[in-house]
Amino acid sequence: MRFAAEDLGGERGGEPVFAGVSFALSAGEALLVTGPNGAGKSTLLRVLCGLLPASRGGVRFSGGGDEWPDMASACHYLGHRNGMKTALSVTENLVFWQDFLGHAHLSPQEALEMVGLGEIGHLPFGYLSTGQRRRASIARLLVSYRPVWLLDEPTSGLDRASEAQFAELMGVHLEDGGIIVAATHLPLGLDGVRELRMGERVE
Amino acid sequence: MLALFLREARLGTRAGSGALTGVLFFLAVVAVIPFGVGPDLNLLARIGPAILWIGALLASLLGLERLFQADRDDGSLDLLLLAGSRHMTALTVFVKCLAHWTVNVLPLVVVAPLLGLFMNVEPTGIMAATLTLAVGTPAITFIGAVGAALAVALPRGGLLVSVLILPLVIPVLIFGVAAARGAIADPDPFLPPFLILAALTLLFAVIGPLAAALALRWSGD
Repeated sequence: MRFAAEDLGGERGGEPVFAGVSFALSAGEALLVTGPNGAGKSTLLRVLCGLLPASRGGVRFSGGGDEWPDMASACHYLGHRNGMKTALSVTENLVFWQDFLGHAHLSPQEALEMVGLGEIGHLPFGYLSTGQRRRASIARLLVSYRPVWLLDEPTSGLDRASEAQFAELMGVHLEDGGIIVAATHLPLGLDGVRELRMGERVE
Repeated sequence: MLALFLREARLGTRAGSGALTGVLFFLAVVAVIPFGVGPDLNLLARIGPAILWIGALLASLLGLERLFQADRDDGSLDLLLLAGSRHMTALTVFVKCLAHWTVNVLPLVVVAPLLGLFMNVEPTGIMAATLTLAVGTPAITFIGAVGAALAVALPRGGLLVSVLILPLVIPVLIFGVAAARGAIADPDPFLPPFLILAALTLLFAVIGPLAAALALRWSGD
């Protein structure tokens, strides 16, 4: 499995945010996207998964076979917003996403235990603290399998212990032949990842 | 898809969803009409089906703008769109519309016979009005989905959605009222306008979700 960005450019509201971004990742590799606020990290991730059109260049995804024909089908996107309903319980949320996204991986209860929330699956999502919400949405990455994880500030709101736990989860995902692209300010605790500095090549 | 339907239905019936707002609004509209037009029972019976339809139409517009906005606000909309290769986006929209109709509009149809009594409509007329509402209101939801998708990025899009879709729901209203009146006023036929109403619902059940899916696709930011 391989995925590459070729001379990628993105814009927001007609204003170019970044341009000329190129990289290639194959199974088991991770890319850390860093840069100051407004450098286009989030825009890059949204362009990569196809939620925003690229203003130039393109994203190439190959080797996914029949199961993962294109980028959108092969990726988990974890954005700023958690994608969970506050009125439903954490487990209800995860059961829904597992059913809707398909390719069931871990059961919701197992996934919650992996992020250290095994006890609170019955609580409405709205009752959780910021860090717990983040962890619950990280559990969403685990209930359905996707080879590519696109993570936007995945560790915002997490405490030190949860960060370490999440780094471990990412390590396991990479060992299984997954691909991770993470936009972040904070070190994620992954070894030997490449780094893409944004905000220096904007025209 | 069943999971999506169940989730939407559950969200709609949980506290704070405002599913009953529509019923209360419907009740308010119909209840004040007799005070406005006076105690002329014949007149009330004549305009009764039309009032039921107008009340149900306005009540079913309430809450439509939240159809996609709630999902956009918490980020689920991105994920629903990303799953487009697994579940066609138009189908996702269709299921959301169906769930919205079941939770928010079906109660209006259920209380319509009771409100028909307020208006002194005869039993055949009440039955006809309820039947036309049951068949015609899904069209309003499907058209509304297009408006809701277009206004998804606007923070105060509620009124805009209603204004956008009102011209499109006028035909539904016309044929709905025509069929309901046809059942009680003798020379007027019931079946032809009723069949056209059913056709409108089927037509919009296809066009609405497709157009809404396109609008959502290009609303990305």
